[in-house]
Amino acid sequence: MNHIKEKTMQSLFFLTACISIAAVILICIFLFVNGIPAIREIGIFNFLFGTKWKPANHLYGIFPMIVGSLYVTAGALIFGVPIGILTAVFMARFCPKRLYNILKFSIHLMAGIPSVVYGFFGLVVLVPFVREIFGGRGMSVLTASILLGLMILPTIISISEASIRAVPESYYEGGLALGASHEKSVFYTVLPAAKRGIFAGVVLGLGRAIGETMAVMMVAGNQAVIPGNILSGVRTLTTNIVLEMGYSTDLHREALIGTAVVLFVFILIINLSLSLFRRKVN
Amino acid sequence: MSNNQKYKWCTYKRDPKSFLLFLSVCLAAFFTMLGLFLIIGYILIKGIPNLTPELFAAKYTSENVSLLPALINTLLITLLSLLFAVPVGIGAAVYLTEYAGKGNKLVSIIGITTETLSGIPSIVYGLFGSLFFVKYLHLGLSLLSGALTLSIMILPLIMRTTEEALRSVPESYREGSFGLGSGKLRTVFSIVLPCAVPGILSGVILGVGRIIGESAALIFTAGTVAEIADNLFSSARTLSVHMYAISGEGIYMNQTYATAVVLLLVVILINGLSGFMAKRIGGKHANG
Repeated sequence: MNHIKEKTMQSLFFLTACISIAAVILICIFLFVNGIPAIREIGIFNFLFGTKWKPANHLYGIFPMIVGSLYVTAGALIFGVPIGILTAVFMARFCPKRLYNILKFSIHLMAGIPSVVYGFFGLVVLVPFVREIFGGRGMSVLTASILLGLMILPTIISISEASIRAVPESYYEGGLALGASHEKSVFYTVLPAAKRGIFAGVVLGLGRAIGETMAVMMVAGNQAVIPGNILSGVRTLTTNIVLEMGYSTDLHREALIGTAVVLFVFILIINLSLSLFRRKVN
Repeated sequence: MSNNQKYKWCTYKRDPKSFLLFLSVCLAAFFTMLGLFLIIGYILIKGIPNLTPELFAAKYTSENVSLLPALINTLLITLLSLLFAVPVGIGAAVYLTEYAGKGNKLVSIIGITTETLSGIPSIVYGLFGSLFFVKYLHLGLSLLSGALTLSIMILPLIMRTTEEALRSVPESYREGSFGLGSGKLRTVFSIVLPCAVPGILSGVILGVGRIIGESAALIFTAGTVAEIADNLFSSARTLSVHMYAISGEGIYMNQTYATAVVLLLVVILINGLSGFMAKRIGGKHANG
């Protein structure tokens, strides 16, 4: 009796463990089955490199959105990475204990703020700000980059901080013993030793920036053309889906699912390279 | 102390590069905090005066733009998602830590899939949910479709935190239990899991935070109906989706600010809770 109970529960635990595998397989199947036929019908080259997205005229080129996603993500990294890493250094090596607790709580809070709230803040504060200072309509690559840079800060900070803290104290002490100042030993011995962990944090932030939807949609302007400069509006892969999914039908709808397939493949490549990188480190 | 500081300033004078590094680090931390305080401060200042009683009316109309139905839907969808994700997540973590052998191939596959799941953008989850739960399983735009989609989304989070919590239970506890003659199952349920409760709870709280903040995954799975859901199959919007919906219309600015305040307060509350939980875990370790 006991033996049967043990065995059934063991298989039950095993089944629950397999659910995550099943979920990934299901997601792949449903995206690819629904998206690939449309990509084939449009033509993979026309789909990926076509510069015109005009569903009314049956033109489905997502190149502007791919470029838009890349621009906005790169912009987010430009704002987020330096500030994120430096803040992590501050928290790990420069911060008084009392301030540290406040900072830690704030970073957690930042990670928890819903993206609609970020987006709304961007809409009512950042968009007018960019419009006043730089001109243009305010909804632009620049605005989206600043907002996304802010949103990926907590990811970069917490992972970088953990990897800076994981560097053996002897590195830092060695730096001091050679006559370097506190700052120089942190920057020239501890930071290089933590660079792999920091890199992982940056890649995770990149994944978050590419996948962000609602906040970008509220501040980016959403024109489906390749942005001419950093003050012109932009549409990303993610926003393309949300904007048109509600009313699309037939091939248009499938083309949107195809957009999700492209996004999914991007994310898979990022994830896979990150886990390969981690495995190599270990 | 002041002597020390004076000495520090003197070295900075001789060593301007160190000073620059110090300055840049402080500035970065300042900017990070500034960003957060700007968001929270702005929303609170603009939103708190707009928190009127009409916003908490029991029924949504286009005049009162009540957020109460959305708040209740958020609660429902959170409970429902946890109902699916928590048992599965805990079961999977128990299998990974207690049953699977060290060199098990499956363990590394599960590791890769959970990593993949945690990296998938929420809009892709939303699209998958609308293709699978809404269309293929014919659940329609409903509370249930939304909750199922979200439960897959938070599954990796719950699995990972539970796994960590289980691994931090000392091996001697298990050996003690085996030594007293109890089987594996009994050891898991009466020794290992109870010890891991605070860790599991902090994972669950993080999951709740993600559910409350989610909008992109819910628009195409749970829909945007602004009334309290009658049953599992009725469409319902959560607070985040509600805020998105009314912010897009442009005529409800004040109400949007107020909704943002409520959303922020909920998030701050949840963060406080998880911080409290984390402190309890830390305290336990220090004592034990």
